This record gives sequence, structure tokens and C-alpha cells, in this order.
Amino acid sequence: MKTKTDKPAAATSRPATKPWQLRLYVMDQTPKSRTAFANLRKICETHLKDQYEITVIDLLKNPMLAKGDQILAVPTVVRKLPSPVRTIIGNLSDTERVLVGLDLRQIV
Amino acid sequence: MKNSSAKSNSPAMRLSKCPSGIQGLDEITDGGLPRGRTTLVCGGAGCGKTLLAAEFLVRGAVQFNEPGVFVTFEETEKELESNVASLGFDLNGLVERKKILLDYVHIEPSEVQECGDYDLEGLFVRLNHAIDSIGAKRVVLDTLEALFACLPNETILRAELRRLFRWLKDKGVTAVITAERGREGLTRHGLEEYVSDCVILLDHRVNDQIATRHLRVVKYRGSLHGTNEFPFLIGDTGISVLPITSLTLNHKVSNERIGTGIPRLDAMLGGQGFFRGSSILLSGTPGTGKTIIASNFAHAACKRRERVLFFSFEESPQQIIRNMHSIDLHMEPMVKRGLLRFHSARPSLCGLEMHLATMFKEIAEFNPHVVIVDPITSLMESGTESERKGMVTRLIDYLKASQVTSLFTSLTTASNVVQESATAMPADMDAWLLLQNIEGNGERNRLFYVLKARGMAHSNQIREFLISDRGIEIVDAYIGASGVLTGSARVAQGALEKAAVLSSQQEAAQLKREVERKRTALERQIKDMRTDHETEAEELRRIAEQVGTRTLMLTTDRAASGHLRQADAKASVRIPNVARNGRKV
Repeated sequence: MKTKTDKPAAATSRPATKPWQLRLYVMDQTPKSRTAFANLRKICETHLKDQYEITVIDLLKNPMLAKGDQILAVPTVVRKLPSPVRTIIGNLSDTERVLVGLDLRQIV
Repeated sequence: MKNSSAKSNSPAMRLSKCPSGIQGLDEITDGGLPRGRTTLVCGGAGCGKTLLAAEFLVRGAVQFNEPGVFVTFEETEKELESNVASLGFDLNGLVERKKILLDYVHIEPSEVQECGDYDLEGLFVRLNHAIDSIGAKRVVLDTLEALFACLPNETILRAELRRLFRWLKDKGVTAVITAERGREGLTRHGLEEYVSDCVILLDHRVNDQIATRHLRVVKYRGSLHGTNEFPFLIGDTGISVLPITSLTLNHKVSNERIGTGIPRLDAMLGGQGFFRGSSILLSGTPGTGKTIIASNFAHAACKRRERVLFFSFEESPQQIIRNMHSIDLHMEPMVKRGLLRFHSARPSLCGLEMHLATMFKEIAEFNPHVVIVDPITSLMESGTESERKGMVTRLIDYLKASQVTSLFTSLTTASNVVQESATAMPADMDAWLLLQNIEGNGERNRLFYVLKARGMAHSNQIREFLISDRGIEIVDAYIGASGVLTGSARVAQGALEKAAVLSSQQEAAQLKREVERKRTALERQIKDMRTDHETEAEELRRIAEQVGTRTLMLTTDRAASGHLRQADAKASVRIPNVARNGRKV
């Protein structure tokens, strides 16, 4: 785990050195959330080593934050940077689809 | 059915209702939507689902102090605000006062990828947060079906929706969810299978070029409800559902009588006119003077300082005022004093329901004592027969409930006025006046009678109805051996009768003279006869005297001559004997 914080404000206040800014919205520490986080980290480690930053937001603690990124389903990954914004919902078990969803294919 | 009626009988078992505050809907649902449960509102595009939901929230917040959350999946907060602002709802103000919370849930299907297992906890969290932040009692989800477009995994979605509805119930909020009407089921994605408490179906139909919206309560578990289709309107004060008939029929009634402005007509109605708050039907063929009677009625009411609302669907107010001048009825002072208000509209301007709503609005605004609709029939050209009857019934119902006396004129074309009116108009008119044209003898005359007047003595006579430059005059028609006579025939008959009387008087006088003459003649005759008789008697007496004298003289004479003739007598006796002897020989 490179970064884990509940406050995206803290994440954004840092110099945005990393070109890839990802947010993972979860609901509590459920097995589903853990799976999603593990899957996401694995993919990022493989394809975006040292270029990414993941912010995990627990909606149980910060329900207001759900509105900002129009979160309906959990877990949800939102690619804030590079733009455009991309959203993937689910536990990210299908790596291929995550790569497509995050537009990582060209890098690979 | 048995179950539900048994439930409604015992108040303890009664389902708790959440009044919607929407005009008419609470009447149909017998108190409102089921409290703490979810109601599904479904219907095609443009039939008012979002609006109904919005009004439910706004009225809840304003009238019942129940804050609400509006979750919209289709419109942004701004769009929604401006959309409902046109109906007089200040959503923005309510949001600022934390009475209503708007939440726009937007998912762009092109930006979303689905990958693996997930749930809708995000939505739950947002809802939960929204509900808790303002203490909401009401929730609207408009429309959940948008989710089906962006979340392809229907298995997960359906499971989550089921969970959502259970969760809403557990939360204790009264929820309204909207859904698009499906081709086969009530909704496109079968949402009705999750909502089992109350389903309301909205519908927008075009009939004869005029569109009417309808509302029907398809299902309402554990409660009595109106099962019919009820027309409803979206006016500038929101939705109003118009129940065909209110569930109860217990208007207050008044014993007060009000004059019609036509003294003779009052006399025909037991001398006092109509009951206040009654509904009066005035039917007749064209040109029988319906508007004139109606105007007289309005004028009389204004004179009593009552407010009159005159709905005219044929003539403009100026035209009516001008026309009434010709019968010496001046209405413009009443208009200026604010006692009389005209409302003129073309019948084809909008549908029946819209007309009705406009009328309701005008009535509520002006609060009149008397309402005149002239003529109700031109309003009834559109729509089906049941719609028309329903409309009049609702109007009468509404007016009676607010103790407004109403007069409707009804234009009939057929010769059989009674039959035509009876089929076209509902039977709940309290009084019915009939105007008729009678043609004959080269002229046309107006006849008039009271066909029906509930609860009062009324004349059974057919009267003739005259319109002159001094106003209306009701006179007795001539009814005699030769039938009913009107107009000049009536006048002629009067003259004829006068002549007959005169001639019989003359005849009598002549007879008298004749008798006198005869008597005089007789007397003269008697006198003559008596004179004759006297003359004759005199003559007779004279003759008698003469005869007496002559007899005496005769006797004397005979005695004298007897002496002279004695010898001759002896000789004459002998001679016959000789002759007899001679023949014997």
C-alpha cells in the first residue's frame, strides 16, 4: 500500500507529483473492499510502478463524499488523473477489464 | 376484499396514512399514501410522474411539516427547481430552509465500467445521509429505472433494489418511486414486483384532439381506495385530481329562498324563488331567452349585494351587457361595483378538465354566492358522454359543498327538449325550468314552465313568456276548448270572447225589445177586440130590442087577421072531403 488516507483533501494538498491519481471508494472494511483494494494495487504495481497514488475513501466515515464523484455502487475506482475521469465499479477481479477501464492498454 | 373492509372497520387495525396534500388524491386513497411504505408511480412520458412526486414532497414539507429528500436520476437540481417553479413551488426556498434536500445522482454510462462484484451501498449511504441530515420523513426516487441503463448487471441491480425497498421501509420513510410505463407490465423493468403496497398509474390520453390525464390507483394493500380512473390536471397550483363524485353526499342545505328577479316566476315557485345553494337547470331551444333569464337572475342577486360569477361560453361579456340593455337590464354598474364578474372562454380552448379546473379556480378566487354557466352544453361538446356528465356532477358537487346557488343553461336542438336534456344532463339538478318555442299561425311564441323544483310548491301551469323592452313578462297562456293558445292567437281569442259577450248582450236587448213589442201589440189587439166586442154587444142589444118590438107587433097583427080569415077556414075544411068521396066511386 503506497498511500492510504481517508481524506482526499490531504491527498490533493500534496504536490501532485504522481501522474496517476486514483480514488477507491469503499464501504467499511468488507471482504469486497479488501479484494478491490488488493486487485487495484496489484494492477497498478504491475503497470504503473511509482506513477500512481491511490486514495481510499470509506463512505461509512465520510458519507458526504459519495456525492462528489457520483458514487452509487461500491467498490468504485475513479481515475481523477489523467483526465478524462474514468469510473470502474466492482471488485476489479477481471484485470483485463480494469486495464480497459483505466485506459492502461496503451501503456502496456 | 373482505379482509380490507374488516380492517377499515376497526380503527386500531387501520393502516397509517401519509396525506399527500394533493387535491383529490387523498380523497381517492382514503387519506393518503401508506405511511412508512413505498408507493410506485408509473406512467408514460409526460404524464406527470415527476410532478406528482415533487408535489408530494413540497406539500409534505409545507403543509405537514415533513421534510423530504428528492433523489433525481434524470434532471439536475437546477432543472428540477425551475421545472416545478412554474407550478408555484419554491423548491429553492425549501432547500435553503432545509425542508427539502435535492440530490442529483448522475452516472454517465460511457464513463462507467463494470468489473466484478459490487453493491449499491454508495446509493444507500447517500440516501441515508440525506435523510438523516434534514430528518426527512418522505423520499422520492425519480426514476430508479435510469440505473438499468448504466448498470448492465441486472442480477446485482435487482437484488440491490429489493434490498433498497426493504431498507426504505426499515428506515420508516414514506417513499414515492417513479417508473416509466412498460409495454407489457406496469413498468419497463418490472419494478412493481418490489413494490407491493401501493401502485398508482398515470396516463395521458388524447381523445378527440383533446388530451386528458388520468390517474388510477391500481393497488393499495390494506386500504379501501377508489378504483376508477380519475381525470387530473396540472394547473399553475400543481396537480388536482378530480374525483367524479366525492365519497360523501352530505352537503349542508339552506332553507333560505332567493328571488329570481322575475316576480311572476317567483310566484310560480311558491312565491319565494329558489333555495339558496340549489342547482338550477334552464333548458330550451335556441332563442327561447335562456341568457335573459340567467341575466335577470344574476342582476337580482347583485341587487341583494351578492357576488355573481357568470361563465359565458358563447358571448363575450360586452356582448351580454349590450344585449341586456335591450330589455332594460343594466349590468355594467354591477360589474363596476365588483359584484358581477364575467368569465368568457371558447369551449374549444381546452379540454373539459382544464375548463373545470379554471372554473374551480375562479370560484375559489371570487367566492361567489351565485354561479351562472351559459350554456353548459357548449362546454359539453367535447369529451365522451360519461366525461361530460362526470364533469357537471363534479361542478355541482363543488358548488353545493360551498353553498353556491348555480344556474346552468342548456341548449337543446331537438323538439323533444325534455328527453334530450335528460340524457345529456345528470339528474342531480334541484330545479328545472323549461323554455320552448311554439310555432303556429305564422308566428313563434315562447312558452315556459317549471318541470321540477325539489322541496317546494310550484305551479304546474304552462306560461307564456314575453320579452319586451321593459324586461321579461310572464303571462298566462290561453287554455281553452281549442287547446293552448299563445301570442296573437291568445290575443285574438281574447277579442273573440269579448265580441261574443257583446253580441250576446245585444241579442238579449233585442229579445227584450221584441217581447215588449209583442206585448204592446197584444195589448193593442186586446183593446181592439174589446172595442169590437163592445160594438157587437151594442148591436146585439139593439137587434134584441128590435126583435122584441117586432114580436109584439106580430102577435097583435095575427090576432087581427085571424078574425078576418075565419070563414075561409070553414069552407076549406069541406072541400077535401068531397074529393075523397069522388075517388071512392
